Amino acid sequence: MTGFLALFRRLEGPQTLGRGPGFWALFALVLAGALAYPLFSDGYTVGNTVYFFVWVFIALSLSLIWGYGGSLSFGQTAFFGIAGYGYGILTINFGAAYGFTFIALLLAVAMAALVAALLGYFMFFGRISGVFLGIVTLAVTLMLERFMAQTAGPEWRIGAARLNGFNGMSAMPPLTIPWFGGPIPLFADIGLYYVVLGMLVLVYLALRMLMNSAFGNVIVAIRENPERAEMLGYDIRKYQLITFVIGAALAGLSGVLYTVWGQYITPSSMGMTAASLPLIWVAVGGRSDLTATVIGTLVVLSGFQALTIYGSQYALVFMGVLLVLTVLIAPNGLVLGIINWIAKLVTRRKQEAA
Amino acid sequence: MDIATLAFSALYQFGDAFAFLVLSACGLAVIFGMMGVINLAHGEFIMCGAYVTAATVHAGLPLPLGILCGTLASAFVGVLVELLVIRHLYERPLDTIVATWGLSLIATQGTLILVGSTMAGVGTPFGSFQVGAYSYSIYRIVLFAAALGVLGALYALFNWTRFGVLARATIQVPHMAAALGVDTRLIYSLTFACGAGLAGLAGGLYAPTMTLVPTMGATFIMEAFVTVVIGGADVFLGTAPAGGILAIVKSGMTSWQGQLFGQIGLLIAVIIVVRVLPKGISGFVLRERT
Repeated sequence: MTGFLALFRRLEGPQTLGRGPGFWALFALVLAGALAYPLFSDGYTVGNTVYFFVWVFIALSLSLIWGYGGSLSFGQTAFFGIAGYGYGILTINFGAAYGFTFIALLLAVAMAALVAALLGYFMFFGRISGVFLGIVTLAVTLMLERFMAQTAGPEWRIGAARLNGFNGMSAMPPLTIPWFGGPIPLFADIGLYYVVLGMLVLVYLALRMLMNSAFGNVIVAIRENPERAEMLGYDIRKYQLITFVIGAALAGLSGVLYTVWGQYITPSSMGMTAASLPLIWVAVGGRSDLTATVIGTLVVLSGFQALTIYGSQYALVFMGVLLVLTVLIAPNGLVLGIINWIAKLVTRRKQEAA
Repeated sequence: MDIATLAFSALYQFGDAFAFLVLSACGLAVIFGMMGVINLAHGEFIMCGAYVTAATVHAGLPLPLGILCGTLASAFVGVLVELLVIRHLYERPLDTIVATWGLSLIATQGTLILVGSTMAGVGTPFGSFQVGAYSYSIYRIVLFAAALGVLGALYALFNWTRFGVLARATIQVPHMAAALGVDTRLIYSLTFACGAGLAGLAGGLYAPTMTLVPTMGATFIMEAFVTVVIGGADVFLGTAPAGGILAIVKSGMTSWQGQLFGQIGLLIAVIIVVRVLPKGISGFVLRERT
C-alpha cells in the first residue's frame, strides 16, 4: 500500500513541469472538458478528434527518447508501421470475437517493442552516439517503407491478410468490446473517443511517474552527461535500451490506434514525411517536458490540419519553416519557451512587489 | 555464359554500385567529417544539382557544362544555408539534424509547388556496348571513373592546397587555428559549400539516368548515410573503403535477389558494422594508428 502511495507521489517531481494544486485543478478541468466534449458535438466530429489523440502517443514516445533521453530516433514511424500492420494481420486472420482485438492490440505493440529491443541492442550495446543513432533508425524506417511498398503482388500475404503494397492494407475489424448483448465495435465515434482518451490519460500519468522515479532521473542524467552517469555506476546501455523499447511500444500503440481509427494503413505512414511530422510537433511544442509535448502536439497538429484544408500544398513548407525557426530561435520549443517567459514575468513581479 | 563474361558482369555491377555509393556519400562525408554536422538536406542538394543540370541542358548547354552548373548552383545554395542556419548551430550538433530535416521538407515541397511533380529528363549519353549476351551502358563506366576522379580530387584538395591545410587545422583544433589567424568561419562556409557542391555533382551526374521528381533525394540519402556511418568521419580512410565493401554487398545481394535485397543487405551491414566498429572504418584505422 505504501509502495502504491509512493508511486503516486511521483506524479510530480523535478522532471515534469506543472506542480501543485493549481496545475492539478487545471488538469481536472481539462479532463472534465474532454469527457463532456462528446455531449456537445456530433459523432463525426468526435471521431475526427480521436485522430488527433492517436498521434499524441507517438509524440510522447519521441519526448521520452529524444527529449528526456537525448537520443534522436527516426525509427518511431517504423514501430508505428510494424504495430499497425501487426494489428491488421492479426485481426484479419483471427477476427474480432471474444475481445481478441484488444489482445491483437497488445500483441502488435509487443511486436514493435520486440523489434526495438533487437535493434536497440545492436545500437546501444555497440555504443553508437546520438548522431549515428538518428541515421541508423532513419535507414531502418526507409527500408521498411521500401519493403512494404513492393508487396503489392498477391504472393505477399500472411494468412488471409494481403499486404497490398502502396494500395494499403484495409478492412481490418475495429476494436471490439465483448459484451453480454453482443460485442460492441468501436468505430471512429464516441465509444472509441472515450477508450483512446482513457489510454491517453493513463499513459500520460504513467510516464510522469516513470520520469520522476529513479529510472527517469538516470535517463536525464544520461542525456546531460553520459560519461558522468557511467562513472556513477549506471550501465547506461541498459537504461537507453529500456527507454528505447518503451518508446517503441508507445509509437506502436499510436500505429495500432491509427489503423483502428481509419481501418487502413499504407507504407507511406513510414516514409520521410511521416517520420518528420512527429519530430516537428515535439520539437515545436517542447520535447523535454511531457505536458509541453502533449499541448504542442495537439496545437501544431490542429494548426497543420487547418493549413492542409486552406492552403494544402503550402502546409508542409510552412511546417519546415516552423521547424527551422523553432530550432534557431526557441531550441526548447514554443510551449516551453512561453512557459519560461511567463515564469520569468511572474518572478519579476514578485521581486518588484517585495 | 563463360567465366570471363560472368566476371565482367560482376565487375560492372560492382563499379556501378561503388560509383553510386561514393558519389552520393562524399559530400555528406566532407560535411560530417570536417564539421560534425549531419546534413539531412543532403538528398535535396543532390536534387538541386540534378534539376539545374536538366534545366541547363534543356536550355541548350552540353551535358558536362550542365553538370558544372548544377554543382555550382548547389554549392551556392550550400553557402546560403550555412550562413542562414547551420552557422548558428555548431554548438548543438543534434539540432543541425532537425534543422536540416526542416530544410529538406521545405525544399522537397517547394520544388513540387514551383516546378511541378516531375521534370523532363535528359537522355543517357554514349549508348551501350555488348559483352556476351548482355548489353552495358557506357555512361555507367563514366560514372565509375567520375567517382574515382572525385576521390582523387578531394585527396589533392585536402593534402596539396592551402585551403586543405587550413581546413585540416580547423577540424583538428578549431581554437588553435583561430588563434593562429585562420578565419575558421570562412573555412566552415567553404567546407559546407564544398560538400553541397559534391552533392550537386552527384545529382548532375545521375540526372541522365533517373526520373527527376522532387522526392528523388530520398533515393540517395539512405545509401549515402549508410556509407558514411560505416566509413566514419574520414573521406579517404572511411568513405572510399566503405564504398568498396558496401558495393560488394549491394551488387552481390542485388544480383542474387533483386534491388530490394541489395538495400536490405546494406542495412544489415550497417547494423553489424556499427555493433563492431562504432566509429566506422576510419575510426578503427585511426585507433590502430595511435
